[in-house]
Amino acid sequence: MTFSSADLTALLPLIVISATAIVVMLVTAVRRSHAAAALITLAGLAVAFVRLWPAASLVPRQVPPLLVIDSYALFYIGLILAAAFVVVILSYGYFARQKEHPEELYILLLVAVLGAMVLVASAHFVSFLLGLELLSIALYALNAYLRERTLPLEAGIKYLILAAASAAFLLFGMALIYAELGTMEFSRIATLVSSGAEVSRPILLAGVALLITGFGFKLALVPFHLWTPDIYEGAPAPVTAFVATVSKGAMFALLLRYFYSTAMARRYEPIFAILVILAVASMIAGNVLALMQNNVKRILAYSSIAHMGYVLVAFLASGSMGAQAVTFYLVAYFITTLGAFGVVTVLSPSDRDADQLDDYRGLFWKRPVLGSIFTLMLLSLAGIPATAGFFAKFYIVAAGASAAIWGLIILLVLTSVVGLYYYLRVVVAVFSAPIEKPVGLNPSLQLASGAVLGVLGVLLVWLGVYPSYILGVVSTAVKSLTP
Amino acid sequence: MILVWLIVILLAAGALAWIVARWSAIGARWISLIATTVCLALSLNLWHRYSGEVRLLSNGAWFLEVNFAWIPQLGIHFHLAMDGLSLLMLVLTFLLGIMSVLTSWHEIDHAVGFFHLNLMWILAGIAGVFLAVDLFLFYFAWELMLVPMYFLIAVWGHERRIYAAVKFFLFTQACGLLMLISILALYFAHHSVTGVYSFEYSDLLGTALAPRTAFLIMLGFFIGFAVKLPMFPLHPWLPDAHTEAPTAGSVILAGLLLKTGAYGLLRFVVPLFPGASHEFAPVAMTLATIGIIYGAVMAFAQTDLKRLVAYTSVSHLGFVLLGIYAWNDLALQGALISMICHGISTGSLFMLVGQLQERTHTRDMDRLGGLWTTIPRMSGVAMFFAMGSMGLPGLGDFVGEFLVLLGTYRAGYIGLTVAATIGVLFSTLYALRFIQRAYHGPNTNSWSIPDLQGREWLIYVPMMAILLWLGVYPQPVFRTFQPAMQNLQHYASQRIEASRR
Repeated sequence: MTFSSADLTALLPLIVISATAIVVMLVTAVRRSHAAAALITLAGLAVAFVRLWPAASLVPRQVPPLLVIDSYALFYIGLILAAAFVVVILSYGYFARQKEHPEELYILLLVAVLGAMVLVASAHFVSFLLGLELLSIALYALNAYLRERTLPLEAGIKYLILAAASAAFLLFGMALIYAELGTMEFSRIATLVSSGAEVSRPILLAGVALLITGFGFKLALVPFHLWTPDIYEGAPAPVTAFVATVSKGAMFALLLRYFYSTAMARRYEPIFAILVILAVASMIAGNVLALMQNNVKRILAYSSIAHMGYVLVAFLASGSMGAQAVTFYLVAYFITTLGAFGVVTVLSPSDRDADQLDDYRGLFWKRPVLGSIFTLMLLSLAGIPATAGFFAKFYIVAAGASAAIWGLIILLVLTSVVGLYYYLRVVVAVFSAPIEKPVGLNPSLQLASGAVLGVLGVLLVWLGVYPSYILGVVSTAVKSLTP
Repeated sequence: MILVWLIVILLAAGALAWIVARWSAIGARWISLIATTVCLALSLNLWHRYSGEVRLLSNGAWFLEVNFAWIPQLGIHFHLAMDGLSLLMLVLTFLLGIMSVLTSWHEIDHAVGFFHLNLMWILAGIAGVFLAVDLFLFYFAWELMLVPMYFLIAVWGHERRIYAAVKFFLFTQACGLLMLISILALYFAHHSVTGVYSFEYSDLLGTALAPRTAFLIMLGFFIGFAVKLPMFPLHPWLPDAHTEAPTAGSVILAGLLLKTGAYGLLRFVVPLFPGASHEFAPVAMTLATIGIIYGAVMAFAQTDLKRLVAYTSVSHLGFVLLGIYAWNDLALQGALISMICHGISTGSLFMLVGQLQERTHTRDMDRLGGLWTTIPRMSGVAMFFAMGSMGLPGLGDFVGEFLVLLGTYRAGYIGLTVAATIGVLFSTLYALRFIQRAYHGPNTNSWSIPDLQGREWLIYVPMMAILLWLGVYPQPVFRTFQPAMQNLQHYASQRIEASRR
């Protein structure tokens, strides 16, 4: 096997990110400079993003046997890079206020981004595990980055233990599937399963069930969600934004690819049933548990559990409409979550995160622009029209209706009304009369962070009012997934 | 294009008012006033232009339409269209829009800009609901008007505003989502029959559905609209929302938001599912009659003036529902006139109560009384609208209720007609009690408050004139409504025949 220049072009986005991580490390070794580290990281992300277009002219390109660069992978890589770009800008403002040295953060972020990119491009269990571990290990350190505070440390340890356990489940699942089918390539698995080869159903099913456990942990589906509220609360706000978007998004992209290319969920009823149970449990538990929280980060954590349940409904709708609905929802979810945690980030002072409901009391009257953006994000999470969340939810319900899974979409509708209640609680706080005494929030707004939040707000409304363009991009992206 | 302008003017005025209010609150008020006046003038001009026109029953049933591809992948169009029904509803919208700007001129004194942003955007949403003939667009507008309404109640409302606002939002959102599922079910059912993905009203009108499917989908739509209406068991959000909202909010809620529910039933439920609606009519009409009596009795039992007026809405909208499901010429005309007159008389009553509260800081009937000698003009105006509300002949409400009762009788529901007529009797009780308790009797608290002023006359004189006009000569309204009504009836009858064949 030779490595052609076309392969190089296709893989260049990944290579650029790896190289950027090394450059940041070397520069930091010579001279610590927060601005330089952040700028180099941003430049690396931007270059990788630009290199997606040359790569797109070569799709689909299998880099045997591990990676496949197709329009689907490139779309998600683009999404991850864009999200990481936002997170880096937010981190710059946030960590400038902290006592820790911030430079290593960017190295870890780049490694995590690389892991996520490998995940969405993987066509093989080995690359899957490689990407997952790159992502997870970077996240252990990122979660605990502010090591002087107790909550981040707790978050880091918790994540370490649970992620390691879930990786073990994944590995065991892969081993069982490999033992039964003798291959780790997704496409070969698909051929073997569909050709009706002699396989032992129980072992194969056990393998897939263990895989789902691993997926469930990363996506924080109920009952694998117990880490989520603590990590969301404990991790520094920009890192939480990263965990909530990039880590979950990449994992969902892989889930989609794996099950679409192997057609396992449709072939084996027990697997479909397991996924239905996960979706139902996530929608109910996520929304109901969020009702009882007073901490904004925890509310967003439980709401993210519910949202992953919604996405799973679209996934279960299957077909190209289901894949489009998942992808569109994830785009909307990325924008919304980054925006919401972005507001938390810019409000956070140097000694804690702005996560109490009281911190947001009267925000709209004191700082109208931030208050408006935060409200927009919350309304988008609740699925109110003219926001991206509305159209995304609409599309999921449409996909569900087209697949006639009425029970799931009615449950989705009912639970999202419950969800509306806790989003409104936060909105009520944002619009209530301001508290007189200052609450010690970060008063200044960096130009870059403000601009990023503004862009996210505009994107949110654009996707909500005129989703046609993104819908076109999404439908071409998932074409390589559904033959 | 004028249809788009109507919406754009309101949206832009809202945004502009928000910005201008940083420097001048008065400026924001004037901007809203001018925008709503311009919209009213435009819609009156349209009325003048199209009132005499009778359109044939074909695709040219609309006076005016605008149609752009919006999300072509899903067959979604930005399709606005206007017929006589939409036109009349639009005129009412802008009229009450002006009134709500005027009535909040002094009442709203904090966050004036944001208030007007919300006010204008609600009106834009309502105009969108009355004009949309693409079901996706309709749903979009339907949901969009809720958010500013929520803020209106939650920020400028009275004591229990948060509770009321959240309750309002949850009720309407839940039922809206139910409607969304029904819209999508219809969309896919239409696709499976014809192979075309479309949210277009005129396309979906012809969909042949299995009776059971049609009934389920119809039920989803019906519940969505019945909550807004509100129909008897689905009304609990209404008294709270109406009572806690600021005056302008109550006027818009009662005068316009409730009408969107009735409009939805008229425009969508019956024409799209004639067979199922026919089957369902006895249930809907029974609930309507219960609502008429229940609303009136509850109104009679209130001491909070705003709550009293709120419950009268349940009663009046019962008549509208009754008329819609009787579905003959008389009943439909009655329902339409009832919708318009309820908007005017109840809207005015809310403004009167609001101004009374502004002056006395109470809405409690027990603390009022004997006001007639202090504020004779205001009391007289209140008397006028209370008479309207109880259905005094010569005022518009009477025409509406009378026609609905006649139409229901003609449709063969004699028992319901009798029961609903008893409801009218109760309305006399609450109206007279309202006047007697609040304005007559001894002035125990020795109230001494200013009477109506110039700006307030500007509100009530036109409202009284319109109510009187509709009471004695409603013919122009009927003439405008006629072709639209015939179209709706035509769609409905066509489908019944198709399913019989």
